[in-house]
Amino acid sequence: MIELDEVAYSYGGGELLTDLSLRLAPGSFHFLTGPSGAGKTTFLKLCYGALVPTGGQVRLFNQDVRELDRDGIAYARRRIGVVHQDCQFLDHLPVAENISLPLAVSGQDRLAAQANLKELMSWVGLAHRAQALPPELSGGERQRAALARALILSPDVILADEPTGNVDWEMSQRLLKLLVELNKMGKTVMIATHDLSLIRAAKHHVQARVLRISGRKLQLAGADL
Amino acid sequence: MKINLAAVTDMLSFDAGADRVVPPTGFTARLTVFTAGAMAFLAVFALALSLASGRLAANWRDALAGSATLRISAPAAQMAAQTERALTILSETPGVAEARALEPDEQRALLEPWFGPDLPVESLPVPQLIEVRETASGYDGDGLRLRLQAELPGAVLDDHTRWRKPLVSAAGRLKLLGWLAIVLIFGTMGAMITLAANAALAANAQVIQVLRLVGATDTYIARAFVRRFTLRAATGAGAGVLAGLLAVVLLPGAGSEAGVLTGLRFQGGHWLLPLLVPLLAAVVAFAATRYAAMRVLGGLR
Ligand SMILES: Nc1ncnc2c1ncn2[C@@H]1O[C@H](COP(=O)(O)OP(=O)(O)OP(=O)(O)O)[C@@H](O)[C@H]1O
Ligand SMILES: [Mg+2]
Repeated sequence: MIELDEVAYSYGGGELLTDLSLRLAPGSFHFLTGPSGAGKTTFLKLCYGALVPTGGQVRLFNQDVRELDRDGIAYARRRIGVVHQDCQFLDHLPVAENISLPLAVSGQDRLAAQANLKELMSWVGLAHRAQALPPELSGGERQRAALARALILSPDVILADEPTGNVDWEMSQRLLKLLVELNKMGKTVMIATHDLSLIRAAKHHVQARVLRISGRKLQLAGADL
Repeated sequence: MKINLAAVTDMLSFDAGADRVVPPTGFTARLTVFTAGAMAFLAVFALALSLASGRLAANWRDALAGSATLRISAPAAQMAAQTERALTILSETPGVAEARALEPDEQRALLEPWFGPDLPVESLPVPQLIEVRETASGYDGDGLRLRLQAELPGAVLDDHTRWRKPLVSAAGRLKLLGWLAIVLIFGTMGAMITLAANAALAANAQVIQVLRLVGATDTYIARAFVRRFTLRAATGAGAGVLAGLLAVVLLPGAGSEAGVLTGLRFQGGHWLLPLLVPLLAAVVAFAATRYAAMRVLGGLR
């Protein structure tokens, strides 16, 4: 699905990431951790084609991102659900329309999809906030809305960047449960977080690999958690 | 330029959702509508001016082509003889198709605007006029003048085409200027819409980024902007054309003496031409916005 081969990335200064190799196998569950500023968000951006590696190769669904044109990137993104660290909503549209935005832009704004939307919104507990505008939501509500938007197209892969960054422990457990549930339904999940307690809690529910970015490289962690 | 029809219809296809993703901007919208309206209003006048001067040039060219007047001033006693002589000379001149002395009634009609209806032309020393029509090949004006000078010193050949020619070419020039004005008007409209579209794109950078993140193609994003500006330009131009047409209708119609000022009204099928202005405005807005959007979007990832 998503494959990285000896990937390096630099924003223009020195190399931020170097020699990263990873294959996200279908149905796998990954945590990505590391100190703030280590490059977790950057890594995820490489995984959904928002950044092009400065070295090595990133393949999305067997296509080199360097060879994808702008439409190709757009199509690939419809197959990857991304929960952005800063959520990224259209503030002038109600929550429900924000969540169904991927449907609209991919021309699937049909009735069946609308039913899907209702179900999804109650699943993330936002049914009663459907007509609110994004700035009116609490931090946790925003993150649940972002998750719902990432899921609306039933993507095969879900990349979540600090999905529990703004919420209390209980809510973070609920969000985690949602992601674990999705993984049980066969989705590939990767969660970037610096919250180690979240990773520990997850271990009871799911077989997860924990990756750590440290010293510009990707390492397999686990035993020390 | 190759026009991809599928891309055009795709850009304009009805999708209210695509419009909603970009927040409404009341101010730029009104400004665009106003600009398109004002430009369309001006375009109607430029069109009217151009068509009117074209008609005028053609009228003058046709009506006056090959006509001249011979004016004979002589003492009353010799008038008839000199007129007879002049007609003989003219009939002997190659290139003259017809020469005819005007009747006193016709001369009176010509003078009437200045002296009133009861002028006794016969008893006044009024010159006798002879209307001359030339053949397609024309006569030798200078040769004729020399001969007249020698035989009839009181005769003056007044060649209309000679002094109307600059008028005809001026009218032609005016017509060209009218078309140039129309081109400039649409060029300005395109430039202004490009500016407005660029401003809208810059103001919505955040929106565009979100749309890209959720997998929108450039075409989808551009469509939201293109549809809006095309609609605004067409609406504004429609209103501008209506106002322009109303103003033209209120102009005085062409009198018997059709000049530039009295002949500005459209004639016959030409009344339909201004209806093309909103269409053209829409095309210009479509192209300008699409160009601006694709340029801005191409610079993002
Ligand atoms: N667009 C950019 N241009 C230049 N530098 C950037 C850019 N985005 C991020 N960086 C830098 O790259 C480094 C890694 O950023 P990144 O957002 O990937 O970190 P992170 O691991 O996600 O951090 P956090 O846990 O705080 O979210 C940081 O030092 C950041 O300042
Ligand atoms: Mg981050």
